[in-house]
Amino acid sequence: MNSSIASRFKGRDVISVLDFSKEDIEYLFKLTDHYLSNGYKEVLRGKVMAVAFFEPSTRTRLSFEAAMSRLGGSVIGFSSEEGTSVAKGEKFIDTIRMLDSYADVIVVRHRYEGSAKLAAEVAEHPVINAGDGRNEHPTQALLDLYTIYRLRGDVSSLVIGLIGDLKYARVVNSFLYILTIFKPKKVYLISHPLLRLREDVRRFVESRNVKVEEVFDINEVLSELDVLYVTRIQKERFPDPLEYEKVKNAYRVTAEITKRCKDDLIILHPLPRVDELDRSLDNTKHAVYFKQASFGVPLRAALLTLILGGVEGVYT
Amino acid sequence: MSIRELIVSKIKDGTVIDHIPAGKAFEVLKVLGLTGKEGIRIAVVVNVESSKLGRKDIVKIENRFLSKEETDIVALIAPTATINIVRNFEVVEKRKVSIPKYISKLIKCPNKTCITRHEGIETTFETLDSSLRVRCIYCGIELSYSEFIDLILKELSKS
Repeated sequence: MNSSIASRFKGRDVISVLDFSKEDIEYLFKLTDHYLSNGYKEVLRGKVMAVAFFEPSTRTRLSFEAAMSRLGGSVIGFSSEEGTSVAKGEKFIDTIRMLDSYADVIVVRHRYEGSAKLAAEVAEHPVINAGDGRNEHPTQALLDLYTIYRLRGDVSSLVIGLIGDLKYARVVNSFLYILTIFKPKKVYLISHPLLRLREDVRRFVESRNVKVEEVFDINEVLSELDVLYVTRIQKERFPDPLEYEKVKNAYRVTAEITKRCKDDLIILHPLPRVDELDRSLDNTKHAVYFKQASFGVPLRAALLTLILGGVEGVYT
Repeated sequence: MSIRELIVSKIKDGTVIDHIPAGKAFEVLKVLGLTGKEGIRIAVVVNVESSKLGRKDIVKIENRFLSKEETDIVALIAPTATINIVRNFEVVEKRKVSIPKYISKLIKCPNKTCITRHEGIETTFETLDSSLRVRCIYCGIELSYSEFIDLILKELSKS
């Protein structure tokens, strides 16, 4: 255990994946490895985690809850605005203040960008961003990178393709941000022209010396890819439903691609999927998205352990 | 009175903003929140010869001593501007404007799904030196300086 890195995690907020250094993330991954190999210890007994999910979620919320339970802690919170005072018009800030007085850590998801940052300013306890509008989803990016690290090792030699809704998917922003820390060999952005990556995100990624190239057809680059990251078209974030109609069937990744891809290509998807990722891929060796989702529990358990100061108990 | 005398006639006490790029003086007054209704005397001189800039504007504000925080916002519109604080006809302080790292309170975030718009709180923009852009510290939306200034001027013209 490296106590100086561990102390950097204790009590910290997780708002953006850019809050972390490479060293921090590698340390987190080592603890995730440890949990996968050795199982969990109840190092967070007596601790309470609040989940404040103002937007729907399956994997993120349940994996946080499963992680906290595995570590001996308990969970309070809500998974929609219905049935809470939010539905009565309570301000977000007031809800966070209340949860802050009940819990040791708050995991928040909200449809508006900047909500997690605001929550962190209001709350004394650490806040973890579980998705803020179109902005970021840092624990998903940690999980995505962990999957690559676990299955393919060194990221710096890999060519990574992102396909899908690069404009509205917050997981894309966070994934690209984390790639700026780990610097893959090259990143291809594969999208319909209406779903291109936000200009500011692209500018930022390039300013951190990551080679990025936009293409509109996956077939142009398929044979080069080591990793293909597929995202769902984010229907709920389109300001104009007509715009969504134009692109909703813009791409579909099927088992057809396995005929022309590298033998060891891995395909990731943050899930849930709709039609963009065909089920014909599920039983191929390339599909790692269910494994990726399964890593959500040990990765988030490692993060909670470090933030709530339980790491000493893990290795004793 | 010659044109030169008209332009350089001194004020006794106040702030002189010199070396404003030609045609920008009125925007400078706007971002400083000066409308002319404050009851103080303001001289605005536009498109005069300048050895440094070719043409420049000058603003002289009597009996107001603008702080560094107040004048740094001018840097977004007029990065070449210099500020002279005058007391009893003497320049007692001369400073350049510099773009502030953070800018608060001037405008709402233009992103309709920024949390600040829904919680009724002020946002803060961080200036990104390398790209001449600003970024909302909450939602991360970026604006170019010119987009940002346009929004500030639009907001100020409402009040």
